[in-house]
Amino acid sequence: MSLAGPDNFPATSLADNLDKKLLVILRDGRKLVGILRSFDQFANVVLEQAIERIMVGELYCDLPLGLYIIRGENVVVIGELDLEKEELPPHMVRVMPSEIKRAQKAEKDATELKGTMRKRMEFLDFD
Amino acid sequence: MFRFRLFFSYFKELVGKVVTVELKNDLAITGILHSVDQYLNIKLEDTRVVDEAKYPHMLSVKNCFIRGSVVRYVQLPPDGVDVDILHDATRREARGA
Repeated sequence: MSLAGPDNFPATSLADNLDKKLLVILRDGRKLVGILRSFDQFANVVLEQAIERIMVGELYCDLPLGLYIIRGENVVVIGELDLEKEELPPHMVRVMPSEIKRAQKAEKDATELKGTMRKRMEFLDFD
Repeated sequence: MFRFRLFFSYFKELVGKVVTVELKNDLAITGILHSVDQYLNIKLEDTRVVDEAKYPHMLSVKNCFIRGSVVRYVQLPPDGVDVDILHDATRREARGA
């Protein structure tokens, strides 16, 4: 096993993904789907016809966003969507934005409640 | 170009091997290492998410680009590591060669 020199780079470039429909996962957990139009060395990305796919449990909703420029430091993963495969599991139900926002709020309230209950129980010090 | 290229060179040797990349947001992705760059950005092919039920949105993603800054761990195949060569390279790098 020799250490490869600078001449034989298997370069990591997003050029192969240009004009393709991609899924971009951001640091804040948001998932954007759009067509890659441009990128640079910082993974700054331009997505055309972008939508935000919100998923709560079995429900999902696609919010249209338009033309987006994403700053590279927020990018976690850029995935190439296989157009022949189903993007989502078949049991998921598409709903309107108002309903998904309600579901998101319900999920947030539930996790907050779990958090506060846990804090209340912690002082009991079960062995 | 960065002066310290030990891990970059090491990952280049692992191209073609199956690795599991665990990200700082707890998402773990298994795939074949396709390429790596100076920022340790990683491109994986033939990917599948480790806990698929928890991340349904990645269902049809088969290739992905992972930004180096979000990687927590890269899990390697046990036979993918030649520890002696790695030790030598590290000693050389530490000596400032």
